[in-house]
Amino acid sequence: MSLTTDLAQAKSRANIRAKARAKSGSETTPAGEASPSPRSRRRKHRERIYQWLFLVPAVIYMALFFGYPVVKNIVMSFQDYTTATFFTGEAPWVGLANYAKVLSSSLFSTSLVNTALFTLGSIAGQFVIGLALAIFFQRKFPLNGILRSLLLLPWLLPLIVSSAVWRWILDKDSGALNRFLGGLHIVDTGIPWLTSTSLALIAVVGVNIWIGIPFNLTILYGGLQEIPDELYEAGSLDGATGWKAFRHITWPMLRPVVSVVLVLGVVYTLKVLDIILGLTNGGPANSTQTIATQSYDLSFHEFKFGEGAALGNVLVVISLVFAVLYLRASRRSVDE
Amino acid sequence: MKSAIRTRRPLALAVAALVGIPLAISGCGTTASTSSAEAVKEISVMDYYNNEPDKSFIGDALTACGTKAGVTIKRETVPGKSLISKVLQQSSSKTLPDVLMLDNPDLQQIAATGALARLSDFNISTADFAPGVLSAGTYKDKVYGLAPTVNTIALFYNKDILAKAGVTPPTTWDELKAAATKLTSGEQYGLAFNANPTYEGTWQFLPVMWSNGGDEKNIDTPETAQALQLWTDLVKDGSVSSSALNWTQADVKDQFMAGKAAMMVNGPWQIPALDKKTTLQYGVVKIPVRDSSQTAVAPLGGEVWTVPQTGSKARQAKAAEVVACMNSDENQLGMAKVRNTIPSKTSLAAKFATDNPKLATFTDLIKTARARTGELGEGWPAQATKIYTAIQTALTGKASPADALKQAQGQ
Repeated sequence: MSLTTDLAQAKSRANIRAKARAKSGSETTPAGEASPSPRSRRRKHRERIYQWLFLVPAVIYMALFFGYPVVKNIVMSFQDYTTATFFTGEAPWVGLANYAKVLSSSLFSTSLVNTALFTLGSIAGQFVIGLALAIFFQRKFPLNGILRSLLLLPWLLPLIVSSAVWRWILDKDSGALNRFLGGLHIVDTGIPWLTSTSLALIAVVGVNIWIGIPFNLTILYGGLQEIPDELYEAGSLDGATGWKAFRHITWPMLRPVVSVVLVLGVVYTLKVLDIILGLTNGGPANSTQTIATQSYDLSFHEFKFGEGAALGNVLVVISLVFAVLYLRASRRSVDE
Repeated sequence: MKSAIRTRRPLALAVAALVGIPLAISGCGTTASTSSAEAVKEISVMDYYNNEPDKSFIGDALTACGTKAGVTIKRETVPGKSLISKVLQQSSSKTLPDVLMLDNPDLQQIAATGALARLSDFNISTADFAPGVLSAGTYKDKVYGLAPTVNTIALFYNKDILAKAGVTPPTTWDELKAAATKLTSGEQYGLAFNANPTYEGTWQFLPVMWSNGGDEKNIDTPETAQALQLWTDLVKDGSVSSSALNWTQADVKDQFMAGKAAMMVNGPWQIPALDKKTTLQYGVVKIPVRDSSQTAVAPLGGEVWTVPQTGSKARQAKAAEVVACMNSDENQLGMAKVRNTIPSKTSLAAKFATDNPKLATFTDLIKTARARTGELGEGWPAQATKIYTAIQTALTGKASPADALKQAQGQ
């Protein structure tokens, strides 16, 4: 944690200095600053060294824990990497064969569509419910704080625990949900939530929405708190209340936060693995198979590490597109 | 000043880590490379029996075998799911344990990497072991691992429910379908099995597939299609819950214990749990065959003990002594009894079956049981995936059994 703050501090300091330099450059240079004294040059030199020292731990950390795995994964995806490779170290180079194989597999299109539906559905649900709850908790009422912290619960539970509980809730014959619906005489026979090819993906998306609400709620609530009350007061004088206030004050003010929540949400959702494995294992008949679960299967069940890595890289590229979008969006908001 | 302190700490940590890592590595190195001339005092063992009571049973047997071989046992138990990744990690860092336990379908995969030693190098006798057990431990005609005890699956039935309905335990597919339909009423299903999209789903399907003459080399055959048709019919007519598509074998046992399934396909490792419920009266028969003239072929389950290539001949020799001891007659009988498994040696079977009537059906099945990797070896995981994919496709009604198998085989 402290590494990243150091990095951020160092960066922001460097930024300020750069801006200051740019400013002084554009103005007519005072005679004194045209040729800096050797003393100040030495000071600048020392500062540059400090800047680098600030950066070194972060750079080492990134290279070790992000750079190495990414590079290794890319290399692996071009190799025939099997269980034997671990012992002998031999992994013949196969070029694009792994990519050709996974991309042409009939399962790839299914997984891709499922990944898209899963991500879109999850994000839409999480965001809308999260935003609604965030706005709701903006009001002052008793137990507000306690309720809000209770809503964080899904986030705090280990995913393997929540998926086991949901698997039981959604069971066709003795699951709590079907018992509840049956008790209300809404349905006669158990609904096969997790074992019907048409319902399983919906059920899995539902569980993922439940897990993602706290993240959306927390960030959006924080964003709402930042909007100054004066704006609403001024708006109400001009007749902007209720929906109008949301449309013309809340939404524009919240936009930077929204873009952060959505992009991070997409990246987190694309790589979801444990929830699906815990609920359906990709079944029934691959109807909840996503690129992430398929890649896991290839690597750790079929021991085709090369193909697993290739598919993993496809997922990384998709995530990367969204990460770039996020970086561009955040840079724009800083520039604004 | 405050910020200076904060910045110095990560640096100090980094320095400490950089200095520490080589120290730790060299520390490992010195303990691992015991020269062969030195007397071996300690043997490391890794297995996945991390739950009681198996953990203690196996631990005690290992300790006793260690004492016999004059070494102490340093044992590590890891969760079943992470054993293979741990083994792969250790084989790349050359830190494999002296004695390694593997689930039998994984043996050929690991033997193919060259990480295991042939047991014939250490004069371990393989005489008298059931053919299925030996084929599970064999890679390219050489035995790399031996299982002291093994298991398989059969049909458990609830004696009370069957008696009340006037149903006798089925022996053929027709009888099974009729019995399952008759036993299905209200919240009670006639039969429970698991057909989930994992190797477990494949494993439970193998008895009907193999007994009917199906073969894993090519699943696009009429014999396998007939077997899959049986599974499909049972789910379609409602005598098996469609939840089977997502159940594990443990879930199947829970259904059976709760009286929600009159019969189930499961293994002897569930017996301790079943016996805890004293009101439950159950019997075990072989999984029915299509035609009464067919022989029931069951899949072989169980764990094999191996001697990895650790580079030290002296340690490997001691490790082999421990593996041989684990597979002794005495240990086979003892472990089989306490763990509800079957001794691997055929000569022990007859006596074992009379002493343990509950395991008699399983003991009988082991004689003809088949190893999953017997035919395909390292190719098994890919084919097992095709089998469960076909099962899921057929059971969800996305394709007929024959078409589902054809699609899966073609993938």
